[in-house]
Amino acid sequence: MSTAIADLHDSSAESGVNYLNANYGIKSWLLTFDHKRIGLLYLVSITIMFIVGGMAAVLMRLHLVEPQGALFEPETYNKLFSTHGIIMVFFFLVPSIPATLGNFLIPLMIGARDVAFPKLNLLSWYIFITGAALALYATLSGGVDTGWTFYPPYSAAYSHTNVTIVALGVFIAGFSSILTGLNFIVTIHKMRAPGMTWFRLPLFIWAMYATSLIFVLGTPVIAITLFLLGLERILHVGIFDPAVGGDPLLFQHLFWFYSHPAVYIMILPGMGVMSEIITCFSRKRVFGYEFVALASIAIAVLGFLVWAHHMFVAGMSIYAGLVFSVLSFLVAIPSAVKVFNWTATLYKGSISYEAPMLYALGFIGLFTIGGLTGLFLASLATDVHLNGTYFIVAHFHYVMVGGAVMAFMGGIHFWWPKITGRLYPDYWARIAAAIVFVGFNLTFFPQFILGYAGMPRRYAIYPAEFQVLNVMSSAGASILGVGYLIPLIYLTWSMRYGKPAGRNPWGAKGLEWTTLSPPPTENFEEIPIVTEDAYEYPVAGGNRV
Amino acid sequence: MSDLAAHGAHPPGFAHQFETVAQQREAGQLGMWVFLVTEILFFGGMFTSYIIYRSLHLESFITGSHLLKVQFGATNTAVLIFSSLTMALAIRSAQTGKSKGQTIMWLILTMILGAAFIGIKLRYEWYADYVEGIIPGVNWAYGGAHAPGVKMFMCFYFFMTGLHALHMVVGLGILTVLVIMTARNRFSSEYYSPLEISGLYWHFVDIVWIFLFPLLYLIGGRYPGS
Amino acid sequence: MSDHSEQSGHVGHVVPISTYVLVFLALMVGTGLTTWVAYIDLGRWNTVVALTIAVLKMTLVILFFMHVKYATGLTRIVILAGFFWLGIMITLSCSDELTRNWEIVPKGWNMIIPFVSRLW
Repeated sequence: MSTAIADLHDSSAESGVNYLNANYGIKSWLLTFDHKRIGLLYLVSITIMFIVGGMAAVLMRLHLVEPQGALFEPETYNKLFSTHGIIMVFFFLVPSIPATLGNFLIPLMIGARDVAFPKLNLLSWYIFITGAALALYATLSGGVDTGWTFYPPYSAAYSHTNVTIVALGVFIAGFSSILTGLNFIVTIHKMRAPGMTWFRLPLFIWAMYATSLIFVLGTPVIAITLFLLGLERILHVGIFDPAVGGDPLLFQHLFWFYSHPAVYIMILPGMGVMSEIITCFSRKRVFGYEFVALASIAIAVLGFLVWAHHMFVAGMSIYAGLVFSVLSFLVAIPSAVKVFNWTATLYKGSISYEAPMLYALGFIGLFTIGGLTGLFLASLATDVHLNGTYFIVAHFHYVMVGGAVMAFMGGIHFWWPKITGRLYPDYWARIAAAIVFVGFNLTFFPQFILGYAGMPRRYAIYPAEFQVLNVMSSAGASILGVGYLIPLIYLTWSMRYGKPAGRNPWGAKGLEWTTLSPPPTENFEEIPIVTEDAYEYPVAGGNRV
Repeated sequence: MSDLAAHGAHPPGFAHQFETVAQQREAGQLGMWVFLVTEILFFGGMFTSYIIYRSLHLESFITGSHLLKVQFGATNTAVLIFSSLTMALAIRSAQTGKSKGQTIMWLILTMILGAAFIGIKLRYEWYADYVEGIIPGVNWAYGGAHAPGVKMFMCFYFFMTGLHALHMVVGLGILTVLVIMTARNRFSSEYYSPLEISGLYWHFVDIVWIFLFPLLYLIGGRYPGS
Repeated sequence: MSDHSEQSGHVGHVVPISTYVLVFLALMVGTGLTTWVAYIDLGRWNTVVALTIAVLKMTLVILFFMHVKYATGLTRIVILAGFFWLGIMITLSCSDELTRNWEIVPKGWNMIIPFVSRLW
């Protein structure tokens, strides 16, 4: 009843040729059309951006140990939080799982040889690093101080920082997202192996499909918005300019039309990773496959209907506030469905606690906290008090770091043996996961309290009574930093010294685990024919139904 | 079942990540349609803004619209529609296996019409607007009624038609590449996907103009007293 | 010659030149009509007429020049999704931008507020 694969003739295994050693030399990497190599190119790029964005965060937290600010002038602090936000959102979180794990895994999981448009795939990487280089240049040559949200009139008319260059960098990187999303949609529609029907797809694919819908429908709007902002900055007149009857809130509508769905771009792939890890390490079929699959689509669709909950106190009409508040409650439902289903999957599963599973369990808890606190913010009356405070900062870091980044780490660890053909040392990985969990909560839980007590965000100084909580948060940040550094060390170490992994070290289900580790360039000797559903693990207790 | 036996049967242009020619063609079509959806949202941001401001500042928009030159807008609409016809005929020519000379002829006609569109716009509209001093941020000397709102309208006019013209120029570049590919015998009645896909793009750009014309040039009508 | 069983509908289908020319003529007539009607005073209906003709022209281009009449269901869904999402952006943005001046409490509801507030 296993996936029928015609003749497992391991000619690649005998010769030891895989996608990593098929060609050598920098040109073979920089001009590759292989989705697996492109995934690794992205991995290197986004790791660099994560480090840069992380350094900005470290500097901010060091500054905030003292109420009057320990290190920087307010103007500099403004540039730090702006840089942190811009780099982390646009150049790390948005591409993270899709461009690395998505690129690497989608063709393998659906039984294809590559994505639909491999050349566009490579082009999307070059576009990404062009945008990233511009943003880094703008950061290092003076930065921006508008916040990652670039609101006019300040960004259009008053800020004397490198707004236009950074906006251009983000604009360019947006096209990288669009091409990636386009590629994935066509690949998933048109290149599934024989027998791989929609409802046999791994849930990671459903999640990536939903993410790609958002890439394609949302990103063009931030592109045109930043384009218009740049024009207004250069021409000193534009459609957001009140002097000609323009409305700065229109910018906010257009900006958040993308930027809210963007947060679902950040979390959906992580949810896809969750489904893969939790089923494997509970040795159990996912509970309610169709519900989880359709919940991904629901999140993508509903996510487009809620954007103005970021604008409740911006000066919108009260009617719009009502509409968006109601819709924002709705979008929590499919996310909750997924959390319930994962929990039900764990129930009576045969659970083991390798590092990917630790990250996954952490995700469930932290994402739930982050998601629930989102409801406080969806509710108009409470949002009036919590908007602009550290409550918001804590909320989104719980979902984006406690959620998306932990999912990313879990996914990297889970598929590392497939990507590199090596096992990492799970002992150190588990320690690092624990350090991340402790560090994360110490960093961000105090911020809920700070926000509730009224400490505003994006301020370089704060009232003295908030110092203890700020110091706790900064201490947590240093622990969190250590937790992220440790994997950098052992993962790099494992590429040379790690034990060879074999095809399926975790005993996981899924087409990617049927081919060699690392896979040959063509992915499969023969295109597989799929005859069973996803996650055909023995049900708990080892009995197969 | 290895790929080797299948290779001999595949026409030029076949990409090896696909299993069949039909799969490749369908993938290409779907890819271009998805891209056009991104373009709908891209232009859509400006159409959304336009709808809002027109509703809030109708008088200013009417005044601004009357500054535009309808005769050239209408002529350009006709030029673009004609170019869509020639583009469709170019694709059909390849699809039905006509000589490459015929396909190239239709492609070049399309390019001439596209260039005419841009030429008319540049010379008789934008240059004239520059002389009149109604280009915001570049040369603004408008002293008539509703000046702030008219300035806003003219921002929309130049941003929207400018973005559209940029897409036209890219289209001309694509057409140039297609002419070269056709001349090098890359297409046949079995493989003409790049032509088809580029045609979709060209028609999309035409559709954008089909909306820009009434929305920019004909606000409030052009009858006496409007 | 291509095998029909491998092909999606519209590639095997060759549109007659006459169809293309007819569509072209219809588009030209539509353009002329739009321009001509602009010079007639129809009040607010000028815009309605102009946009209706534009939508019809767009439909002709999509169905015939872009071959959607002969295309798969997937293509149609993709196109509809694009317009639907544009509709979301326009509608929900307008729900704010065009309602700023609306009364907070519509006429008639004034009467109920004193009673409702006593419920707490």
